[in-house]
Amino acid sequence: MPKNSKLKSILIIGSGPIVIGQACEFDYSGSQALRSLREDGIETILINSNPATIMTDPSMADHVYLLPLNTKSLIKILKEHPQIDAVLPTMGGQTALNLCIEADEKGIWEDFGVEIIGVDIDAINITEDREQFRELMLKIGIPMAPQATATSYLKGKEIAQEFGFPLVIRASYTLGGAGASFVHKEEDFDELLTRGLEISPIHEVMIDKALIGWKEYELELLRDANDNVVIICSIENMDPMGIHTGDSITVAPAMTLSDRTYQRMRDMAIHMMRSIGDFAGGCNVQFAVSPDEKEDIIAIEINPRVSRSSALASKATGYPIAKIAAKLAIGYNLDELSNQITKSTSALFEPTLDYVIVKIPRWNFDKFEGSDRTLGLQMKSVGEVMGIGRSFQEALHKATQSLEIKRNGLGADGKENKNYDQIIEKLTYASWDRVFIIYDAIAKGIPLSRIHEITKIDMWFLKQYEELYLLQNEISTYTIDSIEKELLLEAKQKGYGDRQIAHMLGCLESQVYNKREALGINRVYKLVDTCAAEFKAQTPYYYSTFESDMETADGKRYADNESVVSDKKKVIVLGSGPNRIGQGIEFDYCCVHGVLAAAEVGYETIMINCNPETVSTDFDTADKLYFEPVFWEHIYDIIKHEKPEGVIVQLGGQTALKLAEKLSRYGIKILGTSFEALDLAEDRGLFSNLLKENNIPYPKFDIATTADEALAIADVLDFPILVRPSYVLGGQGMKIVINKAELEKHVVDLLSKMPDNKLLLDHYLDGAIEAEADAICDGEDVYIIGIMEHIEPCGIHSGDSNSTLPPFNLGDLVMQQIKDHTKKIALALNTVGLINIQFAIKDDTVFIIEANPRASRTVPFIAKAYGEPYVNYATKVMLGDKKLKDFNFNPKLEGYAIKQPVFSFNKFPNVNKKLGPEMKSTGESILFIDSLKDDAFYDLYSRRKMYLSK
Amino acid sequence: MKYQKRQNAIILLADGTIFYGKAVGNKQGTSFGEVCFNTGMTGYQEIFTDPSYYGQLMVTTNAHIGNYGTNADEIESDSIKIAGLICKNFSYDYSRDAADSSLETFLNDNNLLAISDVDTRALVSYIRDNGAMNAVISTDVDNVDELKKQLAEVPNMNGLELASKVSTDEPYYFGDENATYKVAALDIGIKKNILRNIAKRDVYIKVFPYNATFEELSNWNPDGYFLSNGPGDPEPLKEAQALAKEIIKRDLPLFGICLGHQVIAIANGVSTYKMHHGHRGINHPVKNLVTGKGEITSQNHGFAVNREEAESHPDLEVTHMHLNDHTVAGLAMKSKNCFSVQYHPEASPGPHDSSYLFDQFIENIKKSK
Repeated sequence: MPKNSKLKSILIIGSGPIVIGQACEFDYSGSQALRSLREDGIETILINSNPATIMTDPSMADHVYLLPLNTKSLIKILKEHPQIDAVLPTMGGQTALNLCIEADEKGIWEDFGVEIIGVDIDAINITEDREQFRELMLKIGIPMAPQATATSYLKGKEIAQEFGFPLVIRASYTLGGAGASFVHKEEDFDELLTRGLEISPIHEVMIDKALIGWKEYELELLRDANDNVVIICSIENMDPMGIHTGDSITVAPAMTLSDRTYQRMRDMAIHMMRSIGDFAGGCNVQFAVSPDEKEDIIAIEINPRVSRSSALASKATGYPIAKIAAKLAIGYNLDELSNQITKSTSALFEPTLDYVIVKIPRWNFDKFEGSDRTLGLQMKSVGEVMGIGRSFQEALHKATQSLEIKRNGLGADGKENKNYDQIIEKLTYASWDRVFIIYDAIAKGIPLSRIHEITKIDMWFLKQYEELYLLQNEISTYTIDSIEKELLLEAKQKGYGDRQIAHMLGCLESQVYNKREALGINRVYKLVDTCAAEFKAQTPYYYSTFESDMETADGKRYADNESVVSDKKKVIVLGSGPNRIGQGIEFDYCCVHGVLAAAEVGYETIMINCNPETVSTDFDTADKLYFEPVFWEHIYDIIKHEKPEGVIVQLGGQTALKLAEKLSRYGIKILGTSFEALDLAEDRGLFSNLLKENNIPYPKFDIATTADEALAIADVLDFPILVRPSYVLGGQGMKIVINKAELEKHVVDLLSKMPDNKLLLDHYLDGAIEAEADAICDGEDVYIIGIMEHIEPCGIHSGDSNSTLPPFNLGDLVMQQIKDHTKKIALALNTVGLINIQFAIKDDTVFIIEANPRASRTVPFIAKAYGEPYVNYATKVMLGDKKLKDFNFNPKLEGYAIKQPVFSFNKFPNVNKKLGPEMKSTGESILFIDSLKDDAFYDLYSRRKMYLSK
Repeated sequence: MKYQKRQNAIILLADGTIFYGKAVGNKQGTSFGEVCFNTGMTGYQEIFTDPSYYGQLMVTTNAHIGNYGTNADEIESDSIKIAGLICKNFSYDYSRDAADSSLETFLNDNNLLAISDVDTRALVSYIRDNGAMNAVISTDVDNVDELKKQLAEVPNMNGLELASKVSTDEPYYFGDENATYKVAALDIGIKKNILRNIAKRDVYIKVFPYNATFEELSNWNPDGYFLSNGPGDPEPLKEAQALAKEIIKRDLPLFGICLGHQVIAIANGVSTYKMHHGHRGINHPVKNLVTGKGEITSQNHGFAVNREEAESHPDLEVTHMHLNDHTVAGLAMKSKNCFSVQYHPEASPGPHDSSYLFDQFIENIKKSK
């Protein structure tokens, strides 16, 4: 069936603020869907309350509604746009599906004559209702784990007796896995059963036989209206059943499945998708496989929508699932569409990979003091990275190098854990460091069989780890002078960084680099092309590797490099790496706009990033995408290969900014604000001198490198004192202390975690109001794009504060000081590009808390609220293409825009929810109000001091 | 356990291009064949034992090979049929409870030379751009000139008859002798899973050697006839073509797969040609032009049926089309009980989307009974 010509106007529902379990992968899928529909001339209307997204950009849809995701908003939109023919709810995660169902139940879609496309409600209901789903699966002959429902203590006991242990207890009708637990031993059962029954509002629990140790897989499917189904990707969880797939280290393609078992799984997945309803779109199916010779396959669940895994699968294979799913929803069949990568072959096919990808989640347990750090049934990670390599080992190494947790890869960086008891403990209770601990265990000499027995990780993966360790040992017997080319090449092929090799050889990183250069061991770039090079690909999506040579008939010998460098002027934009608290989707928004702006003024744009959830790593975004760790070695090699005019570091958050110093040292041009200025702003001493020279007030402060110094400083500054480390993100390690005992404890703690850090001690302005300004500076003029006032008092991290644009109660005198200070500081720092300055206001005096000459978290918010492309302008300024006077600024905002932080505390039930100088929120939403009389503002304002209970 | 250093090896193409790698298991030797690549991510054991690959140096594009070892049940013939293996990462260690040996042992048992650590992606791109060609893999890395000389002697695949090399010498039976139907199968390189797929549909099969005559087959009084897959060029297979003509003349139920499909085309006067670099993988999209549905298929062929000739033939209908390059993927005769496909509905390796074709064959047999 060709495209359904009745559909002329479609509403897409976004996923709202970012929370754990639902992150920026839905910005990627929503953006792709919008583009895909527009290609077909369809009018698009979007609702999403998350201002930090690309999808909510005015350029992405015909009408963008930054409204709360509720049926009231839907009705408003449908009244304003009676022409809407259909709603596509599959791109916005569970939030969008839930809203779609709610609207359906209320009859809203029917009232407005809107068709639901991409899924059917029955399919959602079946897959959401465990009981119904189970019945259906058994009817169609798909095995499921034994499961039963208990509504009483006695019934629960009976079930346990029948199933045996281990078991999983899940409380019905609770959110985010509350009350879910593993029961390994009979003696724990009574308590956990009682707790589950009590937590459930209907006094009901589901009891599953736990498939602990079974291998876990996911398949990503697409189906068209003609019932053609293709499998886009198979994903194997290295961590077996028992750890949430969002918290698992996952690998694609599946590494340890025979064709026979894989094809059985494929048949089951197709059968399941067809059984749950008649819809065209994407679908994710999860399976468990018994780790014995029977290779029994059991269905875990099916999600009839685009998911986190489908974003990963799209980046892993190059097949843009959301883009194609949107086309299928409007009536195209797969055989009518072309493969988006080759452009010459059919979209009805199954991608094949000649590389391996490894995804590692990124956790932020450090932000949740007292949280249970063990991984289990409930997802706890806040972001993820993906490594691509020509082997599992290389991909694993690249993923670990992408994490930005101060590790250089597996082993060989002096940070190994060598404590036997701790290793065994950490193997038993998986946490954020699982990927490293396996290596440490092997290095410690713990037998693979024992590691397997404890972790149930497939022996194939453990053998791969062991090979790495053996290679490390071999290399360690050489010196930089004695190591041969072949061995060094092998180390690079297996993903070891120059730093790690230097550690093994006992030399400097630069010596390893020089040695490889002398021996001709150079990075080459390969394409992600969906087809293992069977067809010529048109899409410039690259990853690096090291290859054996080939030699032409006339004797030219080289390693094959597929990334051809053009003679156009180029710019590299450094991405922001994995999402984490304090550095999220906002920076991806900035990077993407940086890329688009540079392209507008004639640059070939090159993006480097390693976060598979983002729009920046969509191969449609930049002219060239290098899916690589934002790690020095990888970046430097790309720069050497591409020879760009310069590198943009101020859009990718701290990740990119941290590399500025080294780029500058290697003589690579940083576009926009120079490294010196970036460094000056970060160096509190120099920065204060600058403020002093400009007559700008700042809180009394000093710098300490020991607890002794800190205590002496306290005598001068007076309590309360705000303590914070240098070069951190999102207020990491920041704390307000009120006496010497507290001060000493915190300083000792910080210095043990971050040795040699310069700690900043500020006199904390108690009861002050906090505000911040974002501005663009071209070196001559300064334009303030927005000033925001925090509703909560000073002391709560700006990312966790509710705030209004423009300020709601700052007088003219204060506003003038903010404007004057911002302009003076931006010029004094020689800013070229964006700058964010934070202020504390007390007794009508405006003090400077800090200045960051880079894109801030609030820039996307201000851009959305005013409807102005500020990052675009700032990028053109950085490139030297435009001056501020070239732009016609025209911000439009009636009333106020309120930024509201969103937290994921429900994932960490035992954690203190107290807010403070360290950021804890995972996302944000925008709310427009006409006046301060609005209930929403009144409500926030009246609760402003009750943040303790948030 | 200790780090293992591997010995150097090369692959030398007929046009003089060399790719460097390491010998698997430090085995010594040299092996010649036509170089081709398979893009499947699973099913290496099935591929290596598929008789259609006879005489070919197989490049596997999947990043790792050997991860799940080998299993005596998952073979498509009694021995390895490829002439050599070229891969990127070779897994010496495997992990699978159902496996009975490592891939290394399996290769050694079959005395097969394999080289790893080759930039297989560059090699595949090279074949894609320059076409399938003869090549040699060798651990004799210092003797390139001698290898070149020997390589020049290797015959070209075009016009090469290879069915006789892989066919059974004597007829044999497969399945339950009390089954409802009887099918006579001509073995010009038959895969075991074809026999399994036919037999499980209540069929008793007698498998005949490549040069068996119609009389030999028909004397067994089968209800249907089957022409198998196999290696090489269909053009020289005169006996098989003659057999197909006899079956078609009598309008007896006939089904052909791959090489068998090409033989049926030639029997109808439609020519075949050698493709630039063939189709080999388990992700090939085919559209059934009769139902309009797509299917993901397992494919392995270096020759194809001339599309214009097939389309303009008064008695032939092109029933299936390859969606990537629009080559002929299936044929049916309008007035005869005969159909064939270029791809592998028996899968193994590959998806099971096309197994309905075996049902169709049984339906055709029922119709004629």
